[in-house]
Amino acid sequence: MSLKVDITKKYGSFTLQVSMETGEGITGLLGASGGGKSLTLKCIAGIEKPDEGRVELNGRVLLDSAAGIDLPPQRRGVGYCFQSYALFPHMTVEKNILCGLRREKSRPIREEKLRDILDLLQLSGLESLRPAQLSGGQQQRVALARILVNAPELLLLDEPLSALDAHLRDMLKVELRKLLEDYGRPALLVTHSRDEAYDMCREIGVIDRGELLVLKPTRELFADPERVEAARITGCKNIALAERTGEHTAFVPAWGVELTAARPLGPGLRAVGVRAHHFHSREERNRFPVVFVREMEEPFETILQFRFASQAADAPPVWWRLSKDIRPVVLPAALGVAPEDILPLYS
Amino acid sequence: MNTDWFPFWNSLRIAAVSCVLVFFLGVCLAYYAARLPAWLKGALDGLLTLPLVLPPTVSGYLLLMVFGLRRPLGMLLARWGIRFVMTWYGGVLTASVVALPLMYRTARGAFESFDETLAYAGQTLGLSDAWIFWRIRMPVCRQGILSGVVLSFARALGEYGATSMLIGYTPNRTATIATTVYQLWRTNDETGALFWVMVNLGISLAVLLSLSLLEARRKSEGKK
Repeated sequence: MSLKVDITKKYGSFTLQVSMETGEGITGLLGASGGGKSLTLKCIAGIEKPDEGRVELNGRVLLDSAAGIDLPPQRRGVGYCFQSYALFPHMTVEKNILCGLRREKSRPIREEKLRDILDLLQLSGLESLRPAQLSGGQQQRVALARILVNAPELLLLDEPLSALDAHLRDMLKVELRKLLEDYGRPALLVTHSRDEAYDMCREIGVIDRGELLVLKPTRELFADPERVEAARITGCKNIALAERTGEHTAFVPAWGVELTAARPLGPGLRAVGVRAHHFHSREERNRFPVVFVREMEEPFETILQFRFASQAADAPPVWWRLSKDIRPVVLPAALGVAPEDILPLYS
Repeated sequence: MNTDWFPFWNSLRIAAVSCVLVFFLGVCLAYYAARLPAWLKGALDGLLTLPLVLPPTVSGYLLLMVFGLRRPLGMLLARWGIRFVMTWYGGVLTASVVALPLMYRTARGAFESFDETLAYAGQTLGLSDAWIFWRIRMPVCRQGILSGVVLSFARALGEYGATSMLIGYTPNRTATIATTVYQLWRTNDETGALFWVMVNLGISLAVLLSLSLLEARRKSEGKK
Protein backbone atom coordinates (compact mmCIF):
# COMPACT_ATOMS: atom_id res chain seq x y z
CA MET A 1 0.00 0.00 0.00
CA SER A 2 1.60 3.22 -1.05
CA LEU A 3 0.66 6.61 -2.40
CA LYS A 4 3.26 8.88 -3.95
CA VAL A 5 2.26 12.42 -4.83
CA ASP A 6 4.39 15.16 -6.34
CA ILE A 7 2.32 17.91 -7.91
CA THR A 8 2.48 21.60 -8.76
CA LYS A 9 -0.46 23.75 -9.72
CA LYS A 10 -0.70 27.52 -10.15
CA TYR A 11 -3.86 29.60 -9.70
CA GLY A 12 -2.94 33.22 -10.27
CA SER A 13 -0.69 34.14 -7.36
CA PHE A 14 -1.49 30.92 -5.47
CA THR A 15 0.82 27.98 -6.03
CA LEU A 16 0.11 24.49 -4.78
CA GLN A 17 3.24 22.45 -4.26
CA VAL A 18 2.81 19.11 -2.56
CA SER A 19 5.30 16.30 -2.46
CA MET A 20 4.52 13.39 -0.17
CA GLU A 21 4.65 9.65 0.27
CA THR A 22 2.32 7.76 2.51
CA GLY A 23 0.97 4.29 3.06
CA GLU A 24 -1.10 2.41 5.62
CA GLY A 25 -3.84 3.93 7.71
CA ILE A 26 -5.30 7.39 7.81
CA THR A 27 -3.13 10.30 6.81
CA GLY A 28 -4.38 13.74 7.75
CA LEU A 29 -3.97 16.92 5.77
CA LEU A 30 -4.29 19.74 8.26
CA GLY A 31 -4.42 23.41 7.43
CA ALA A 32 -6.45 26.60 7.33
CA SER A 33 -9.20 26.86 4.70
CA GLY A 34 -8.03 28.03 1.30
CA GLY A 35 -4.61 26.52 1.92
CA GLY A 36 -4.83 23.90 -0.82
CA LYS A 37 -5.90 20.77 1.08
CA SER A 38 -8.99 20.08 -1.01
CA LEU A 39 -7.15 20.99 -4.20
CA THR A 40 -4.58 18.32 -3.36
CA LEU A 41 -7.32 15.72 -3.03
CA LYS A 42 -8.88 16.84 -6.32
CA CYS A 43 -5.55 16.49 -8.11
CA ILE A 44 -5.14 12.95 -6.72
CA ALA A 45 -8.69 12.02 -7.77
CA GLY A 46 -8.18 13.48 -11.24
CA ILE A 47 -10.89 16.12 -10.91
CA GLU A 48 -8.33 18.90 -11.19
CA LYS A 49 -5.29 18.76 -13.44
CA PRO A 50 -2.00 19.78 -11.88
CA ASP A 51 0.29 21.86 -14.12
CA GLU A 52 2.86 19.16 -13.71
CA GLY A 53 3.58 16.24 -11.49
CA ARG A 54 3.19 12.59 -10.77
CA VAL A 55 0.73 10.52 -8.74
CA GLU A 56 1.33 6.85 -8.10
CA LEU A 57 -0.98 4.51 -6.16
CA ASN A 58 0.18 1.00 -5.24
CA GLY A 59 2.60 1.01 -8.16
CA ARG A 60 -0.03 2.20 -10.65
CA VAL A 61 0.77 5.51 -12.31
CA LEU A 62 -2.36 7.68 -12.18
CA LEU A 63 -0.70 10.80 -13.46
CA ASP A 64 2.68 11.51 -14.98
CA SER A 65 2.73 14.79 -16.85
CA ALA A 66 6.24 14.09 -18.18
CA ALA A 67 5.14 10.76 -19.71
CA GLY A 68 1.77 12.12 -20.83
CA ILE A 69 -0.22 9.81 -18.55
CA ASP A 70 -3.40 11.22 -17.04
CA LEU A 71 -6.02 8.63 -16.09
CA PRO A 72 -9.60 9.94 -15.94
CA PRO A 73 -11.19 9.91 -12.45
CA GLN A 74 -13.28 6.89 -13.50
CA ARG A 75 -10.17 4.71 -13.83
CA ARG A 76 -8.15 5.86 -10.83
CA GLY A 77 -9.75 3.60 -8.23
CA VAL A 78 -9.95 6.47 -5.78
CA GLY A 79 -13.05 7.16 -3.67
CA TYR A 80 -13.87 10.77 -2.86
CA CYS A 81 -16.16 11.80 -0.02
CA PHE A 82 -17.11 15.43 -0.57
CA GLN A 83 -17.64 17.90 2.24
CA SER A 84 -21.24 18.36 1.03
CA TYR A 85 -21.52 14.54 0.45
CA ALA A 86 -22.63 15.19 -3.18
CA LEU A 87 -25.54 12.76 -2.99
CA PHE A 88 -27.65 12.75 -6.15
CA PRO A 89 -30.78 14.61 -4.97
CA HIS A 90 -33.19 13.01 -7.45
CA MET A 91 -32.30 9.43 -6.52
CA THR A 92 -33.29 7.35 -3.53
CA VAL A 93 -30.71 6.09 -1.05
CA GLU A 94 -30.69 2.72 -2.81
CA LYS A 95 -30.20 4.23 -6.28
CA ASN A 96 -27.42 6.43 -4.94
CA ILE A 97 -25.59 3.44 -3.54
CA LEU A 98 -26.18 1.39 -6.70
CA CYS A 99 -24.32 4.13 -8.60
CA GLY A 100 -21.20 2.83 -6.89
CA LEU A 101 -22.02 -0.71 -8.07
CA ARG A 102 -22.60 -0.18 -11.76
CA ARG A 103 -19.42 -2.04 -12.70
CA GLU A 104 -20.75 -5.19 -11.01
CA LYS A 105 -22.58 -6.97 -13.83
CA SER A 106 -24.13 -9.81 -11.83
CA ARG A 107 -27.48 -8.82 -10.38
CA PRO A 108 -27.45 -11.23 -7.39
CA ILE A 109 -23.95 -10.09 -6.37
CA ARG A 110 -25.04 -6.48 -6.73
CA GLU A 111 -28.06 -7.09 -4.50
CA GLU A 112 -25.91 -8.87 -1.94
CA LYS A 113 -23.32 -6.10 -1.83
CA LEU A 114 -26.08 -3.53 -1.46
CA ARG A 115 -27.58 -5.45 1.51
CA ASP A 116 -24.15 -5.81 3.12
CA ILE A 117 -23.28 -2.15 2.90
CA LEU A 118 -26.74 -1.08 4.08
CA ASP A 119 -26.27 -3.31 7.12
CA LEU A 120 -22.71 -2.18 7.76
CA LEU A 121 -23.68 1.49 7.75
CA GLN A 122 -27.03 0.98 9.49
CA LEU A 123 -29.00 2.31 6.58
CA SER A 124 -31.51 -0.53 6.30
CA GLY A 125 -35.04 0.83 6.15
CA LEU A 126 -33.95 4.09 4.54
CA GLU A 127 -33.50 2.64 1.02
CA SER A 128 -36.45 4.41 -0.56
CA LEU A 129 -35.84 7.85 0.95
CA ARG A 130 -34.30 10.76 -0.89
CA PRO A 131 -31.22 12.59 0.43
CA ALA A 132 -33.27 15.66 1.44
CA GLN A 133 -35.28 13.47 3.83
CA LEU A 134 -32.19 12.27 5.72
CA SER A 135 -30.35 13.77 8.68
CA GLY A 136 -26.80 15.01 8.24
CA GLY A 137 -25.33 11.89 9.81
CA GLN A 138 -27.44 9.61 7.60
CA GLN A 139 -26.41 11.55 4.50
CA GLN A 140 -22.79 11.07 5.44
CA ARG A 141 -23.31 7.33 5.86
CA VAL A 142 -24.99 7.09 2.45
CA ALA A 143 -22.06 8.96 0.88
CA LEU A 144 -19.62 6.56 2.53
CA ALA A 145 -21.70 3.51 1.56
CA ARG A 146 -21.77 4.64 -2.06
CA ILE A 147 -17.98 5.00 -2.05
CA LEU A 148 -17.05 1.88 -0.07
CA VAL A 149 -19.28 -0.39 -2.15
CA ASN A 150 -17.18 0.64 -5.16
CA ALA A 151 -14.11 -0.77 -3.33
CA PRO A 152 -11.61 2.03 -4.06
CA GLU A 153 -7.93 1.46 -3.34
CA LEU A 154 -7.66 4.84 -1.67
CA LEU A 155 -10.21 6.96 0.16
CA LEU A 156 -10.16 10.73 0.03
CA LEU A 157 -12.24 12.41 2.72
CA ASP A 158 -12.77 16.15 2.48
CA GLU A 159 -13.82 17.55 5.86
CA PRO A 160 -16.16 14.58 6.41
CA LEU A 161 -17.39 15.83 9.79
CA SER A 162 -17.54 19.58 9.35
CA ALA A 163 -21.14 19.66 8.06
CA LEU A 164 -22.42 18.01 11.25
CA ASP A 165 -23.60 19.47 14.55
CA ALA A 166 -20.94 19.55 17.26
CA HIS A 167 -22.51 16.86 19.46
CA LEU A 168 -22.95 14.49 16.51
CA ARG A 169 -19.42 15.12 15.31
CA ASP A 170 -17.69 13.44 18.25
CA MET A 171 -19.91 10.37 18.03
CA LEU A 172 -19.48 10.02 14.29
CA LYS A 173 -15.74 10.61 14.56
CA VAL A 174 -15.42 7.39 16.53
CA GLU A 175 -17.66 5.51 14.08
CA LEU A 176 -15.81 6.85 11.06
CA ARG A 177 -12.42 5.91 12.45
CA LYS A 178 -13.57 2.37 13.15
CA LEU A 179 -15.13 2.09 9.70
CA LEU A 180 -11.92 3.22 8.02
CA GLU A 181 -9.81 0.90 10.15
CA ASP A 182 -12.06 -2.05 9.24
CA TYR A 183 -11.94 -1.11 5.56
CA GLY A 184 -8.18 -1.51 5.81
CA ARG A 185 -7.14 0.60 2.85
CA PRO A 186 -5.33 3.92 3.12
CA ALA A 187 -7.25 7.15 3.45
CA LEU A 188 -6.37 10.82 3.16
CA LEU A 189 -8.42 12.98 5.48
CA VAL A 190 -8.58 16.72 4.98
CA THR A 191 -9.49 18.74 8.05
CA HIS A 192 -8.94 22.10 9.66
CA SER A 193 -9.54 20.66 13.13
CA ARG A 194 -6.40 19.63 14.96
CA ASP A 195 -8.45 17.56 17.43
CA GLU A 196 -10.00 15.58 14.60
CA ALA A 197 -6.62 15.06 12.95
CA TYR A 198 -4.96 14.07 16.23
CA ASP A 199 -7.65 11.54 17.07
CA MET A 200 -8.06 9.94 13.66
CA CYS A 201 -4.76 10.07 11.82
CA ARG A 202 -1.66 7.93 12.03
CA GLU A 203 0.35 10.70 10.43
CA ILE A 204 -0.38 14.30 9.55
CA GLY A 205 0.78 16.67 6.85
CA VAL A 206 0.44 20.39 7.44
CA ILE A 207 -0.47 22.45 4.38
CA ASP A 208 -0.18 26.21 4.48
CA ARG A 209 -0.72 28.55 1.52
CA GLY A 210 -0.25 25.77 -0.98
CA GLU A 211 2.86 24.29 0.56
CA LEU A 212 3.19 21.00 2.40
CA LEU A 213 5.30 22.17 5.33
CA VAL A 214 5.82 18.93 7.19
CA LEU A 215 4.51 15.36 7.17
CA LYS A 216 5.22 13.09 10.15
CA PRO A 217 3.55 10.70 12.58
CA THR A 218 0.85 12.43 14.60
CA ARG A 219 2.48 12.39 18.04
CA GLU A 220 5.82 13.51 16.66
CA LEU A 221 4.18 16.39 14.83
CA PHE A 222 2.54 17.69 17.98
CA ALA A 223 5.76 17.19 19.98
CA ASP A 224 7.94 18.90 17.39
CA PRO A 225 6.06 20.79 14.65
CA GLU A 226 9.35 22.20 13.22
CA ARG A 227 7.70 25.05 11.29
CA VAL A 228 6.06 28.23 12.57
CA GLU A 229 2.80 27.64 10.66
CA ALA A 230 2.73 23.98 11.66
CA ALA A 231 3.03 24.98 15.32
CA ARG A 232 0.21 27.50 14.93
CA ILE A 233 -2.08 25.01 13.15
CA THR A 234 -1.43 22.32 15.75
CA GLY A 235 -2.66 24.79 18.34
CA CYS A 236 0.48 26.37 19.80
CA LYS A 237 -0.68 29.69 21.27
CA ASN A 238 2.65 31.23 22.19
CA ILE A 239 5.02 31.78 19.28
CA ALA A 240 7.66 34.49 19.25
CA LEU A 241 10.62 35.28 17.04
CA ALA A 242 13.90 34.10 18.56
CA GLU A 243 17.63 34.58 18.06
CA ARG A 244 19.87 31.59 18.53
CA THR A 245 22.53 32.33 21.17
CA GLY A 246 24.02 28.86 21.64
CA GLU A 247 23.65 25.15 20.97
CA HIS A 248 20.61 25.01 23.29
CA THR A 249 19.80 28.65 24.06
CA ALA A 250 17.86 31.35 22.25
CA PHE A 251 16.91 34.92 23.10
CA VAL A 252 13.27 35.97 22.60
CA PRO A 253 13.21 39.78 22.12
CA ALA A 254 9.42 40.13 22.47
CA TRP A 255 9.48 38.45 25.88
CA GLY A 256 12.90 39.77 26.92
CA VAL A 257 14.04 36.31 28.09
CA GLU A 258 16.63 33.74 27.13
CA LEU A 259 15.22 30.21 26.95
CA THR A 260 17.03 26.90 27.21
CA ALA A 261 15.76 24.15 24.93
CA ALA A 262 16.37 20.42 25.28
CA ARG A 263 16.53 19.99 21.49
CA PRO A 264 19.66 21.34 19.78
CA LEU A 265 18.89 24.59 17.97
CA GLY A 266 19.86 24.87 14.31
CA PRO A 267 21.42 27.99 12.81
CA GLY A 268 18.22 28.72 10.80
CA LEU A 269 16.12 29.10 13.97
CA ARG A 270 13.34 31.61 13.42
CA ALA A 271 11.09 31.39 16.44
CA VAL A 272 10.26 29.38 19.52
CA GLY A 273 6.89 28.09 20.60
CA VAL A 274 5.53 27.21 24.02
CA ARG A 275 2.17 25.47 24.26
CA ALA A 276 -0.20 27.23 26.66
CA HIS A 277 -0.44 24.26 29.03
CA HIS A 278 3.35 23.83 29.31
CA PHE A 279 3.92 26.66 31.80
CA HIS A 280 4.16 25.50 35.41
CA SER A 281 4.27 27.47 38.64
CA ARG A 282 6.73 25.06 40.30
CA GLU A 283 9.03 24.49 37.31
CA GLU A 284 12.47 25.82 38.21
CA ARG A 285 13.98 25.81 34.69
CA ASN A 286 13.32 28.66 32.24
CA ARG A 287 11.72 30.43 35.19
CA PHE A 288 10.96 34.14 34.88
CA PRO A 289 8.90 36.69 36.81
CA VAL A 290 5.46 37.35 35.30
CA VAL A 291 2.60 39.81 35.66
CA PHE A 292 -0.96 38.56 35.08
CA VAL A 293 -3.20 40.72 32.91
CA ARG A 294 -6.43 38.85 32.16
CA GLU A 295 -8.28 35.59 32.66
CA MET A 296 -10.53 33.83 30.12
CA GLU A 297 -12.69 31.10 31.55
CA GLU A 298 -13.80 28.00 29.68
CA PRO A 299 -16.15 25.34 31.12
CA PHE A 300 -13.37 23.13 32.51
CA GLU A 301 -10.17 25.04 31.89
CA THR A 302 -9.01 28.56 32.37
CA ILE A 303 -6.60 30.69 30.39
CA LEU A 304 -4.47 33.11 32.33
CA GLN A 305 -2.86 35.76 30.18
CA PHE A 306 0.37 37.20 31.51
CA ARG A 307 3.38 39.28 30.53
CA PHE A 308 6.98 38.55 31.40
CA ALA A 309 8.37 41.30 33.62
CA SER A 310 10.89 42.01 30.90
CA GLN A 311 8.38 41.82 28.02
CA ALA A 312 8.36 44.42 25.22
CA ALA A 313 5.45 46.85 25.53
CA ASP A 314 3.96 46.08 22.11
CA ALA A 315 4.21 42.26 22.39
CA PRO A 316 0.92 40.38 22.88
CA PRO A 317 0.34 38.67 26.24
CA VAL A 318 1.37 35.04 26.76
CA TRP A 319 -1.22 32.30 27.40
CA TRP A 320 -1.14 29.84 30.27
CA ARG A 321 -3.88 27.23 30.12
CA LEU A 322 -4.65 24.97 33.07
CA SER A 323 -7.41 22.85 34.47
CA LYS A 324 -9.73 24.80 36.78
CA ASP A 325 -9.30 22.41 39.69
CA ILE A 326 -5.56 23.12 39.92
CA ARG A 327 -5.77 26.89 39.38
CA PRO A 328 -3.89 28.48 42.32
CA VAL A 329 -5.94 30.94 44.38
CA VAL A 330 -2.95 33.23 44.67
CA LEU A 331 -1.34 33.60 41.27
CA PRO A 332 2.43 32.86 41.20
CA ALA A 333 4.96 35.61 40.73
CA ALA A 334 7.02 33.54 38.30
CA LEU A 335 6.45 30.69 35.79
CA GLY A 336 8.80 28.13 34.31
CA VAL A 337 8.89 25.84 31.25
CA ALA A 338 10.70 22.52 30.97
CA PRO A 339 13.42 22.70 28.26
CA GLU A 340 11.86 19.72 26.42
CA ASP A 341 8.67 21.80 26.01
CA ILE A 342 10.45 24.58 24.13
CA LEU A 343 9.58 24.07 20.45
CA PRO A 344 12.30 25.25 18.06
CA LEU A 345 10.63 26.59 14.90
CA TYR A 346 12.15 27.19 11.50
CA SER A 347 10.76 29.12 8.56
CA MET B 1 -68.51 26.78 -41.86
CA ASN B 2 -66.33 24.15 -43.39
CA THR B 3 -63.08 24.80 -41.54
CA ASP B 4 -59.77 24.06 -43.15
CA TRP B 5 -57.60 22.75 -40.29
CA PHE B 6 -54.36 22.93 -42.26
CA PRO B 7 -52.94 26.01 -40.40
CA PHE B 8 -53.46 24.19 -37.07
CA TRP B 9 -51.55 21.06 -38.08
CA ASN B 10 -48.92 23.07 -39.90
CA SER B 11 -48.30 25.29 -36.87
CA LEU B 12 -48.19 22.26 -34.62
CA ARG B 13 -45.67 20.34 -36.74
CA ILE B 14 -43.46 23.42 -37.18
CA ALA B 15 -43.53 24.09 -33.42
CA ALA B 16 -42.96 20.42 -32.52
CA VAL B 17 -40.08 19.80 -34.93
CA SER B 18 -38.32 23.06 -34.12
CA CYS B 19 -38.87 22.40 -30.41
CA VAL B 20 -37.03 19.06 -30.68
CA LEU B 21 -34.23 20.64 -32.75
CA VAL B 22 -33.90 23.58 -30.39
CA PHE B 23 -33.89 21.27 -27.37
CA PHE B 24 -30.85 19.29 -28.51
CA LEU B 25 -29.06 22.27 -30.03
CA GLY B 26 -29.76 24.56 -27.09
CA VAL B 27 -28.76 21.98 -24.46
CA CYS B 28 -25.52 21.09 -26.30
CA LEU B 29 -24.60 24.73 -26.85
CA ALA B 30 -25.38 25.60 -23.24
CA TYR B 31 -23.31 22.65 -21.99
CA TYR B 32 -20.28 23.41 -24.12
CA ALA B 33 -20.51 27.18 -23.77
CA ALA B 34 -19.86 26.81 -20.04
CA ARG B 35 -16.51 25.16 -20.90
CA LEU B 36 -15.32 27.78 -23.39
CA PRO B 37 -12.80 30.51 -22.62
CA ALA B 38 -14.53 33.72 -21.51
CA TRP B 39 -14.12 35.73 -24.74
CA LEU B 40 -15.43 32.93 -26.95
CA LYS B 41 -18.31 32.34 -24.56
CA GLY B 42 -19.19 36.04 -24.72
CA ALA B 43 -19.15 35.99 -28.52
CA LEU B 44 -21.30 32.86 -28.69
CA ASP B 45 -23.67 34.33 -26.13
CA GLY B 46 -24.12 37.46 -28.19
CA LEU B 47 -24.64 35.57 -31.43
CA LEU B 48 -27.17 33.18 -29.91
CA THR B 49 -29.09 35.89 -28.10
CA LEU B 50 -29.30 38.19 -31.10
CA PRO B 51 -32.59 36.75 -32.49
CA LEU B 52 -34.17 37.49 -29.11
CA VAL B 53 -33.54 41.24 -29.39
CA LEU B 54 -33.81 41.66 -33.16
CA PRO B 55 -37.24 42.31 -34.67
CA PRO B 56 -38.34 39.00 -36.24
CA THR B 57 -38.59 40.74 -39.60
CA VAL B 58 -34.87 41.54 -39.39
CA SER B 59 -34.12 37.89 -38.58
CA GLY B 60 -36.32 36.92 -41.52
CA TYR B 61 -34.49 39.33 -43.81
CA LEU B 62 -31.12 37.93 -42.73
CA LEU B 63 -32.36 34.36 -43.27
CA LEU B 64 -33.55 35.33 -46.74
CA MET B 65 -30.11 36.77 -47.48
CA VAL B 66 -28.58 33.38 -46.62
CA PHE B 67 -31.19 30.92 -47.85
CA GLY B 68 -32.85 33.01 -50.59
CA LEU B 69 -33.12 31.17 -53.89
CA ARG B 70 -30.76 33.63 -55.60
CA ARG B 71 -28.16 33.41 -52.83
CA PRO B 72 -25.14 31.06 -53.09
CA LEU B 73 -26.15 28.81 -50.19
CA GLY B 74 -29.79 28.84 -51.22
CA MET B 75 -28.82 27.84 -54.78
CA LEU B 76 -26.50 25.12 -53.51
CA LEU B 77 -29.20 23.64 -51.27
CA ALA B 78 -31.78 23.91 -54.06
CA ARG B 79 -29.54 21.76 -56.25
CA TRP B 80 -30.03 18.97 -53.66
CA GLY B 81 -33.74 19.69 -53.54
CA ILE B 82 -33.68 21.51 -50.20
CA ARG B 83 -35.67 24.74 -50.28
CA PHE B 84 -36.39 26.85 -47.22
CA VAL B 85 -38.28 29.54 -49.10
CA MET B 86 -42.03 29.01 -49.28
CA THR B 87 -41.93 25.57 -47.62
CA TRP B 88 -43.14 24.37 -44.21
CA TYR B 89 -39.65 23.37 -43.10
CA GLY B 90 -38.59 26.94 -43.87
CA GLY B 91 -41.02 27.64 -41.04
CA VAL B 92 -39.10 25.16 -38.89
CA LEU B 93 -35.94 27.11 -39.67
CA THR B 94 -37.38 30.50 -38.70
CA ALA B 95 -39.13 29.15 -35.60
CA SER B 96 -35.90 27.44 -34.49
CA VAL B 97 -33.84 30.59 -34.98
CA VAL B 98 -36.17 32.73 -32.87
CA ALA B 99 -36.77 30.05 -30.22
CA LEU B 100 -33.14 28.93 -29.79
CA PRO B 101 -32.12 31.90 -27.59
CA LEU B 102 -34.85 31.00 -25.10
CA MET B 103 -33.78 27.36 -24.87
CA TYR B 104 -30.08 28.22 -24.80
CA ARG B 105 -30.39 30.83 -22.08
CA THR B 106 -32.68 28.87 -19.77
CA ALA B 107 -30.57 25.71 -20.19
CA ARG B 108 -27.39 27.66 -19.52
CA GLY B 109 -28.90 29.19 -16.41
CA ALA B 110 -29.88 25.73 -15.20
CA PHE B 111 -26.44 24.27 -15.94
CA GLU B 112 -24.70 27.17 -14.23
CA SER B 113 -26.60 26.58 -11.00
CA PHE B 114 -25.78 22.85 -11.16
CA ASP B 115 -23.51 21.76 -8.32
CA GLU B 116 -20.44 20.49 -10.18
CA THR B 117 -19.40 18.29 -7.24
CA LEU B 118 -22.26 15.96 -8.22
CA ALA B 119 -20.55 15.37 -11.56
CA TYR B 120 -17.18 14.91 -9.83
CA ALA B 121 -18.74 12.43 -7.43
CA GLY B 122 -20.14 10.51 -10.39
CA GLN B 123 -16.75 10.43 -12.07
CA THR B 124 -14.94 9.13 -9.00
CA LEU B 125 -17.65 6.45 -8.68
CA GLY B 126 -16.70 5.27 -12.17
CA LEU B 127 -19.82 6.57 -13.98
CA SER B 128 -19.25 7.54 -17.61
CA ASP B 129 -19.47 11.19 -18.60
CA ALA B 130 -22.45 10.46 -20.88
CA TRP B 131 -24.27 8.67 -18.03
CA ILE B 132 -23.54 11.58 -15.71
CA PHE B 133 -24.92 14.01 -18.30
CA TRP B 134 -28.19 12.21 -19.02
CA ARG B 135 -28.87 10.61 -15.62
CA ILE B 136 -27.55 13.22 -13.21
CA ARG B 137 -27.03 16.63 -14.79
CA MET B 138 -30.21 16.65 -16.90
CA PRO B 139 -32.57 15.32 -14.20
CA VAL B 140 -31.17 17.70 -11.59
CA CYS B 141 -31.56 20.60 -14.05
CA ARG B 142 -34.88 19.37 -15.40
CA GLN B 143 -36.96 22.24 -14.09
CA GLY B 144 -34.93 24.81 -16.01
CA ILE B 145 -34.63 22.63 -19.11
CA LEU B 146 -38.34 21.91 -19.12
CA SER B 147 -39.36 25.54 -18.84
CA GLY B 148 -36.93 26.22 -21.70
CA VAL B 149 -38.69 23.60 -23.80
CA VAL B 150 -42.14 25.01 -23.04
CA LEU B 151 -41.02 28.57 -23.74
CA SER B 152 -39.41 27.49 -27.01
CA PHE B 153 -42.54 25.63 -28.06
CA ALA B 154 -44.71 28.64 -27.28
CA ARG B 155 -42.35 30.99 -29.08
CA ALA B 156 -42.13 28.70 -32.13
CA LEU B 157 -45.90 28.43 -32.24
CA GLY B 158 -46.32 32.18 -32.07
CA GLU B 159 -43.64 33.02 -34.60
CA TYR B 160 -44.95 35.42 -37.24
CA GLY B 161 -42.44 37.99 -38.52
CA ALA B 162 -39.56 35.92 -39.81
CA THR B 163 -41.92 33.17 -40.94
CA SER B 164 -44.05 35.45 -43.07
CA MET B 165 -40.91 36.79 -44.75
CA LEU B 166 -39.31 33.41 -45.49
CA ILE B 167 -42.30 31.19 -46.23
CA GLY B 168 -45.07 33.72 -46.80
CA TYR B 169 -48.70 32.66 -46.70
CA THR B 170 -49.91 29.99 -49.09
CA PRO B 171 -53.12 28.20 -48.06
CA ASN B 172 -52.55 24.47 -47.64
CA ARG B 173 -48.78 24.84 -48.07
CA THR B 174 -47.24 27.31 -45.66
CA ALA B 175 -50.16 28.83 -43.77
CA THR B 176 -49.70 28.82 -39.98
CA ILE B 177 -52.17 29.98 -37.35
CA ALA B 178 -50.32 33.28 -36.94
CA THR B 179 -50.14 34.06 -40.66
CA THR B 180 -53.72 32.92 -41.17
CA VAL B 181 -55.01 35.33 -38.51
CA TYR B 182 -53.30 38.22 -40.26
CA GLN B 183 -54.38 37.10 -43.72
CA LEU B 184 -58.04 36.67 -42.72
CA TRP B 185 -58.14 39.96 -40.83
CA ARG B 186 -56.52 41.74 -43.81
CA THR B 187 -59.18 40.36 -46.13
CA ASN B 188 -61.99 41.44 -43.78
CA ASP B 189 -62.88 37.89 -42.68
CA GLU B 190 -63.51 38.91 -39.05
CA THR B 191 -65.19 35.61 -38.10
CA GLY B 192 -62.38 33.53 -39.57
CA ALA B 193 -59.72 35.62 -37.84
CA LEU B 194 -61.56 35.38 -34.51
CA PHE B 195 -61.85 31.60 -34.89
CA TRP B 196 -58.09 31.20 -35.29
CA VAL B 197 -57.50 33.66 -32.46
CA MET B 198 -59.59 31.39 -30.23
CA VAL B 199 -57.69 28.30 -31.42
CA ASN B 200 -54.41 29.99 -30.61
CA LEU B 201 -55.64 31.04 -27.16
CA GLY B 202 -56.73 27.44 -26.54
CA ILE B 203 -53.32 26.02 -27.42
CA SER B 204 -51.51 28.61 -25.32
CA LEU B 205 -53.72 27.88 -22.32
CA ALA B 206 -53.11 24.14 -22.73
CA VAL B 207 -49.35 24.72 -22.82
CA LEU B 208 -49.42 26.90 -19.72
CA LEU B 209 -51.66 24.44 -17.90
CA SER B 210 -49.39 21.50 -18.66
CA LEU B 211 -46.44 23.54 -17.42
CA SER B 212 -48.07 24.27 -14.08
CA LEU B 213 -49.22 20.65 -13.77
CA LEU B 214 -45.64 19.48 -14.31
CA GLU B 215 -44.51 22.00 -11.72
CA ALA B 216 -47.03 20.75 -9.18
CA ARG B 217 -46.02 17.13 -9.74
CA ARG B 218 -42.35 17.99 -9.37
CA LYS B 219 -43.05 19.77 -6.08
CA SER B 220 -45.08 16.92 -4.61
CA GLU B 221 -42.33 14.49 -5.68
CA GLY B 222 -39.78 16.57 -3.83
CA LYS B 223 -41.84 16.41 -0.63
CA LYS B 224 -42.60 12.72 -0.74
